[in-house]
Amino acid sequence: MTQQAAKRPIYLDYAATCPVDPRVLEAMLPYFSDRYGNAASRTHVFGWQAEEAVEAARREIATTLNADPKEITFTSGATESNNLAIKGVVEYLAESGKKHLVTAVTEHKAVLDTCKHLERHGCEVTYLPVGVDGRVTPEQVAAALRPDTALVSLMFANNETGVINPVTEIGAVCRAAGVLFHTDAVQAFGKVPVDVEAMHIDLASLSAHKLYGPKGVGALYIRRRKPRVRIAPQIHGGGHERGTRSGTLNVPGIVGFGYAAKLAREELAGESAHVLELREHLRRRLVTEIPHAIVNGSLEHRLPGTLNISFAYVEGESLLMGLKDIAVSSGSACTSASLEPSYVLRAMGLDDELAHSSLRITIGRFTTREELDFVADLIAREVARLRDMSPLWEMVQEGIDLRTIEWTPH
Amino acid sequence: MAYSNKVIDHYEHPRNVGSLDKGDASVGTGIVGAPACGDVMKLQIKVENGVITDAKFKTYGCGSAIASSSLVTEWVKGMSVDQAMQIKNSQIAEELSLPPVKIHCSVLAEDAIKAAIRDFQQKQGAAAGPAGDSDH
Ligand SMILES: Cc1ncc(COP(=O)(O)O)c(C=O)c1O
Ligand code: FES
Repeated sequence: MTQQAAKRPIYLDYAATCPVDPRVLEAMLPYFSDRYGNAASRTHVFGWQAEEAVEAARREIATTLNADPKEITFTSGATESNNLAIKGVVEYLAESGKKHLVTAVTEHKAVLDTCKHLERHGCEVTYLPVGVDGRVTPEQVAAALRPDTALVSLMFANNETGVINPVTEIGAVCRAAGVLFHTDAVQAFGKVPVDVEAMHIDLASLSAHKLYGPKGVGALYIRRRKPRVRIAPQIHGGGHERGTRSGTLNVPGIVGFGYAAKLAREELAGESAHVLELREHLRRRLVTEIPHAIVNGSLEHRLPGTLNISFAYVEGESLLMGLKDIAVSSGSACTSASLEPSYVLRAMGLDDELAHSSLRITIGRFTTREELDFVADLIAREVARLRDMSPLWEMVQEGIDLRTIEWTPH
Repeated sequence: MAYSNKVIDHYEHPRNVGSLDKGDASVGTGIVGAPACGDVMKLQIKVENGVITDAKFKTYGCGSAIASSSLVTEWVKGMSVDQAMQIKNSQIAEELSLPPVKIHCSVLAEDAIKAAIRDFQQKQGAAAGPAGDSDH
């Protein structure tokens, strides 16, 4: 154990949020102190400075997506972007009679709950199932489209598993059918190339804090040509962001977001290769040193930094308790308020038991190999200790097939 | 969620982890819960002259479930079977300061000790000849 690893908790939950990169923080600071103007103030230099900074950030984000700056609308984060995209399109198209949506069961709650809300208001939603690999296929999408389909909303990469959907192919299916395609690109943006032209994306949700920017700021990409996408605003007021999203702009946040996007774009190739190498080091150690360690979802189509892995016969929350100096998350029911195991893993056909036994480990810009070796050692030790305490492990060692037992669920 | 010190202590230093011989007539075994629910508890007692002389557990579940079963094995040692039957989940929850979402972990521990006692009593009944009672 190294001095450093022993002292502070090791952060391996980059899919939940990232620390702000010190370079990003530095870029933001002046906009809290000297340059505090309101970007909507047209009458003085404070306002002009702020507006200039916002437009520079908008350009950085647009460039990173291969989009035009006018196609970027700033929001308070991806939850809002998802709401704005889906409700905005549905409301705008309501008069045309289009009221059908296509999404998938593994989407983020910001998409699923928005869809559920719209169902209560007369929309029909098709929730596509996913395969064991966690992906939706373009064929599934094609088969789900109807003449009255307003929007297809499918995430770029899943937040729990890191599994990447065949976005380009899905985009092509939607484009050919003349149906708008929205993607929640929060987890993918800055980690893998996201190109709205090549991938036929019409709307994309982004969030700064998953990319080493600040929390509480995000954006929605809204295509302006071929086709021109129109949406009904969901927040009304002073007409900011060309009327699409009112509210005084979060200038320091937007500056940080823009700078974070610039860094991610410039460093993407090197960083993703480095992060992938680290993740693979950890994955190989875990699956070779711990029996019955199972990676959940496609390994091939996956974000470089995300690992979702189940250690059979060990309950996830109890494992997290043993990993007390490490910040990771679990799909275990015991860690959720609802006491239901991860709906994403269950949708992939995982046994409940394996869903309860899962850990999500996400590696990022500041992770070191030394930290991962410390973590691999600790996980191996704790899994062994908890298996010694596990009646399921004991039964399996005795050759009992757990599925033949009559359990007493409560 | 913050765990109480007692939960952490039982989690880090579980008492009486292990197994007793299921086939022994003086041993009662209770297995409750289900893997699909994320919790399975196995609790065993050894009874001599009406007194519980040993207890062992194995638990698949959260830290609170491990602590609840560990605590119960400590409590029942030296108790009569009748006394052990009186253990209430609320006592376990109180001793471990379990938050409301973890109350079911203590319920499971109460169910486990009751199941172990019933198993023991059934074995005794069977050994003494055809027993009238059968609640299964
Ligand atoms: C896939 C996905 N979509 C949406 C969100 C919500 O983003 P935000 O925290 O910016 O509201 C998150 C992050 O929690 C996410 O992982
Ligand atoms: S075993 Fe699931 S909450 Fe305790």
